[in-house]
Amino acid sequence: MAAPTTTERPATPSTQDLAPARKGRVGASLLTVLAWIVGIGFFFPILWMVLTAFKQEADAYTTPPKLFFTPTLDQFRAVFDAGIGPYLLNSLFATVVSTILVLVLATPAAFAVSLRPVKKVQDVLFFFISTKMLPVVAAIVPIYVVVNDIGMLDNIWTLIVLYTAMNLPIAVWMMRSFFQEVPKELLEAASMDGASTARSLREVVLPVISPGMAATALICVIFAWNEFFFAVNLTAARAATVPVFLVGFITSEGLYFAKLCAAATLAALPVVIAGWIAQNKLVQGLSFGAVK
Amino acid sequence: MAEVEFDQASRIYTAGAKPAVNRLDLEIADGEFVVLVGPSGSGKSTALRMLAGLEEIDGGQIRIGGRNMVGVPSRDRDIAMVFQNYALYPNKTVGENMAFPLKMRGVPKEERATKVKAAAEILGLSEYLDRKPRALSGGQRQRVAMGRAIVREPQVFLMDEPLSNLDAKMRVSTRTEIAAMQRRLGVTTVYVTHDQVEAMTMGDRVALLKDGELQQFATPAELYDKPANAFVAGFIGSPAMNLFTLPVSEEGVRMGSSELALPRSLRSRITEAGLSTVQLGIRPEQWTVGSNGDGAGVKAQVDVVEELGSDAFLYAHLDDGEQTPVVVRTGGRSGARRGDQIALTPTSEDLHLFDPSTGERV
Repeated sequence: MAAPTTTERPATPSTQDLAPARKGRVGASLLTVLAWIVGIGFFFPILWMVLTAFKQEADAYTTPPKLFFTPTLDQFRAVFDAGIGPYLLNSLFATVVSTILVLVLATPAAFAVSLRPVKKVQDVLFFFISTKMLPVVAAIVPIYVVVNDIGMLDNIWTLIVLYTAMNLPIAVWMMRSFFQEVPKELLEAASMDGASTARSLREVVLPVISPGMAATALICVIFAWNEFFFAVNLTAARAATVPVFLVGFITSEGLYFAKLCAAATLAALPVVIAGWIAQNKLVQGLSFGAVK
Repeated sequence: MAEVEFDQASRIYTAGAKPAVNRLDLEIADGEFVVLVGPSGSGKSTALRMLAGLEEIDGGQIRIGGRNMVGVPSRDRDIAMVFQNYALYPNKTVGENMAFPLKMRGVPKEERATKVKAAAEILGLSEYLDRKPRALSGGQRQRVAMGRAIVREPQVFLMDEPLSNLDAKMRVSTRTEIAAMQRRLGVTTVYVTHDQVEAMTMGDRVALLKDGELQQFATPAELYDKPANAFVAGFIGSPAMNLFTLPVSEEGVRMGSSELALPRSLRSRITEAGLSTVQLGIRPEQWTVGSNGDGAGVKAQVDVVEELGSDAFLYAHLDDGEQTPVVVRTGGRSGARRGDQIALTPTSEDLHLFDPSTGERV
């Protein structure tokens, strides 16, 4: 009786050890497959958009869809002929200026709700985020009335103010979480070394959280660039942005599918470029904890 | 350079609760190295941060060079601090880190470079000036933090457990370096630690705190030889002093079944204080060990023997019915073993007596 139990004993743990490892490997491959499916699911429409942008209108509608075709730049030419230029400039201006404003305002605000907490921080934070709880549709009529009354309809500065207000709460919350990662001793050391609050913020804290600022800026750029609702309701010829221009290709006479795709591809490009530029900073942000 | 005074300085976090630092009085002479030591929660770090201007002074005053510091921001106090985690600026190089306090005080660039170079030389950091802190070892970072403090030539150095992130060997060597550097620079230094060995080896004087109250402020030797109360007696010294609460008898005190005769000087102190029980403190080295047979001394049984080479510590328990633990230091080759029956006799006349109700020295 004793002999079999002793031989069994080493065998049992080893199979037990193997089982979870094998299960783990199977789990990991399943997850990989799932990740690929999700990834392709997200990427495919974009790929299709880009492909369609290089087709003739006739090729864009075929069933089954054509995968092989003679690529053409006609649609892009048509988009530029239709006058996307001013819209691009409007979008660029509104996005860049509102993002800069957001960062300038959100940085001290986030500082005041993290490293140098003011009174009732939780209430302040809730107030910030509560402004995002009301659907924009519900506010558009009063906004329209006000903008109309002060004679600011179809003015790019109206969009800049609204985009700044729209992104500010998110930026404050994001920046706050980055500020909170900064060791308190850094500020204490800086004040001991003779730096004023503004100086220590600029010279010590901001370099440390610059990856976080890059991430915040990118989010603001994306939201402002893609914003449609305010733009379509408050602007017309002079201040309209790219999303408004895109809709112009959906007309009552029919859908210019290839042209719409070409315009959409152009519209997506700046955001992709901004993301690519921010990427370096964002990767640094992942190793953010290594301050000590 | 300046003297530092804590004058009834208090820090109260929540009104009504016990103060984190309660009416602390310390007079630190110019150029002195003072260590604040105590268990966690004793208020030693809070006291240092009050001096640094990082905590409010809720009552009393703290004076640096005779100037009251209440309401004065850190940057105007002309002090430098070394933090436990060093708090180096991660985006600045070693050189920039060390030059930062000079830059903030408007020192011209060339002078900054000269001073940083000189400090780096002293600290052996010359070849690392262009590196970022993350590319340095723990010991090097610690030295950069020291460098950032010394380039400024402040009136007072503050150090908040600067050695606790180093490994044991580095800690011992850096301990000596810091003490030597402080003596050379002659800058008044306040140093916080929870490690009584650091306190004893580094400080000119040591302030021992507990629960926000100052227990004793004295030289290391005085703390060891004349502890003001039972807490100080137990905190200073490793292994800790043996403390027994014992009934007073004719010839001394009763320890279990045997009587421990005390010298006349100690007995008269007990009589003067009018105590019927007394807390007796005997340091591990204040025992002689005899074998159990010869009748004298207190019987005990050895539980653990720690051989350290030069010394050996016997951890034993008394045969007093309560198994009271006792620590004894003997020579390195004592030959004692676990389970041995021994008889212990106090050697010294300088035993420590405390009032069991107040803990104060008798």
